[in-house]
Amino acid sequence: MPERDIIVIKDLYKYFGDVKALNGVSLTVERGKVVVIIGPSGSGKSTLLRCINHLEVPTSGEIWIDGEHLHGKHRDINAIRAEIGMVFQLFNLFPHLSVLENVTLAQRIVRKRSPEEAERIAMQQLERVGIPEKAHAYPSQLSGGQQQRVAIARALAMNPKIMLFDEPTSALDPEMIKEVLDVMLDLAREGMTMVVVTHEMGFARAAADEIIFMDEGVIVERATPEELYNNPKEERTKLFLSQILHH
Amino acid sequence: MIDTPSGQTPEVASLTPEVPSEAAPLESLKIEKGRGLAGLPWWLFALVLISVWVGFVIYLDSDYREAFTFIKSGIRLTITISLSAYAVALVIGLLAGLGRISSNVVINNVATFYVEFVRGIPMLVLIFFVALVGVPIVVEGLNALGVWIEGLGLGPIAEPLVALQNQSVPMTLRAMIALAVTYGAFLAEIFRAGIQSIERGQMEAARSLGMSYAQAMRYVILPQAIRNVLPALGNDFVAMVKDSSLVSVLAVRDITQIARLYAGRTFRFREAYVTLSVMYLTMTIILSFLVRLLERRLRRHA
Ligand SMILES: Nc1ncnc2c1ncn2[C@@H]1O[C@H](COP(=O)(O)OP(=O)(O)OP(=O)(O)O)[C@@H](O)[C@H]1O
Ligand SMILES: [Mg+2]
Repeated sequence: MPERDIIVIKDLYKYFGDVKALNGVSLTVERGKVVVIIGPSGSGKSTLLRCINHLEVPTSGEIWIDGEHLHGKHRDINAIRAEIGMVFQLFNLFPHLSVLENVTLAQRIVRKRSPEEAERIAMQQLERVGIPEKAHAYPSQLSGGQQQRVAIARALAMNPKIMLFDEPTSALDPEMIKEVLDVMLDLAREGMTMVVVTHEMGFARAAADEIIFMDEGVIVERATPEELYNNPKEERTKLFLSQILHH
Repeated sequence: MIDTPSGQTPEVASLTPEVPSEAAPLESLKIEKGRGLAGLPWWLFALVLISVWVGFVIYLDSDYREAFTFIKSGIRLTITISLSAYAVALVIGLLAGLGRISSNVVINNVATFYVEFVRGIPMLVLIFFVALVGVPIVVEGLNALGVWIEGLGLGPIAEPLVALQNQSVPMTLRAMIALAVTYGAFLAEIFRAGIQSIERGQMEAARSLGMSYAQAMRYVILPQAIRNVLPALGNDFVAMVKDSSLVSVLAVRDITQIARLYAGRTFRFREAYVTLSVMYLTMTIILSFLVRLLERRLRRHA
């Protein structure tokens, strides 16, 4: 595998019983690039993302992460996952732990960092997402936007090579969307490899190197933001874009 | 009765904090405001009053006092057997509960077999079974293991195993094991429901950070699950204190057995069983009250 491609996906199929969530997806993502995935509900966006860190086991097909085969016999899935940060639609913070503990837990038990080092890194990341003052609060005491920023800090504290975002702002009140997108934009500018499922077109335009349009488990079209918005080739893409751009 | 393994029964989830337990007293305790006198828990006042009144009778009436003094000698055994059996049941229950949601077919089936086996047999019969059939089988198994180890040339390790004899296992220990094995199955279901009540996203978030399944359980899922089921676990402790009376069938000298002996010898059935009942009632009311307090605290800090 060429070094440049940090994610390589070949002929990925994923069936849930009769439901064909992914119907032959091939995709490569270069190191440092930001790829935005759009598509109607049920088109397989989340499933694709979840296959990348093996939360979903594909029915068939192959995935390499930074040259390592995800389904290889001797691969250590936990070690691979530690290199892939994931941010969920519903944040999934650990409610029984403080913000600081949320961000230090995996550092300590997966990365084996000392409590002091984990805490130092956690505070750096909390500063980066703009809420160091909430370190000792509990998730339930934070707004949605703050919770999502903590979730991003938690993922970043592991120093991942790749960040996956699954509709990170779609559960947020409108006034909180920007604070989360700003953090993501900074991250993109710093050169993080990102795969982002989102319908925030402002973000896609500003940050994406490429947009992928998915429908019914396949990649329908793949283009730069300008190309896709101004000059979509496929009928399905045009139809979908006209729907989301009007809302 | 037979539930599917992990993740496939999310609807169980929402039920959990109110996992119904075997037969917890004070379950019906709630003070309904705005209903005046009718909203007060009169039944509770009556229970407490009866206990206090019998307490006085024991103090004043020499026949009752004699019965109480006699039966009292079993209280230590009742308490130790309940506490130790419960501690063991917690361990068995946690392991079996984890087994019930395991995706490993063997582990899952073994755990489910155990839980359904226990649930399908009356507790009284189960106590006979464990104490008089289960324990001897295990002893024979250990003997055989000892012989095998001896064959490997590890004499010193094998010796105690070979020497172990069925008769040398005291009835009290058997009774404790019987209660623990029985309640282990009940607690397993509580732990299982507690774990399944935690949103899937928690496990996924933990795994996505690189934690192993065991680490995610240990640091993320179980702390939340156990907190949710603490009241249910407490209720089952109260239930176990009551069910500990069943070990009297093994001639273990708990308060029930001693009351029976006393009644049989003196023919003072009324004194014996009134005193015995009130002793259980006092223990269960106090314990249930503590569980309700715990529940309220947890709810407030939810
Ligand atoms: N665990 C599952 N079990 C059964 N079917 C599933 C499961 N997960 C996803 N699916 C199905 O697979 C298809 C693709 O789902 P997926 O969540 O990937 O879509 P999506 O593009 O992320 O949609 P949305 O925009 O609604 O999040 C859908 O039909 C969905 O119902
Ligand atoms: Mg989705």
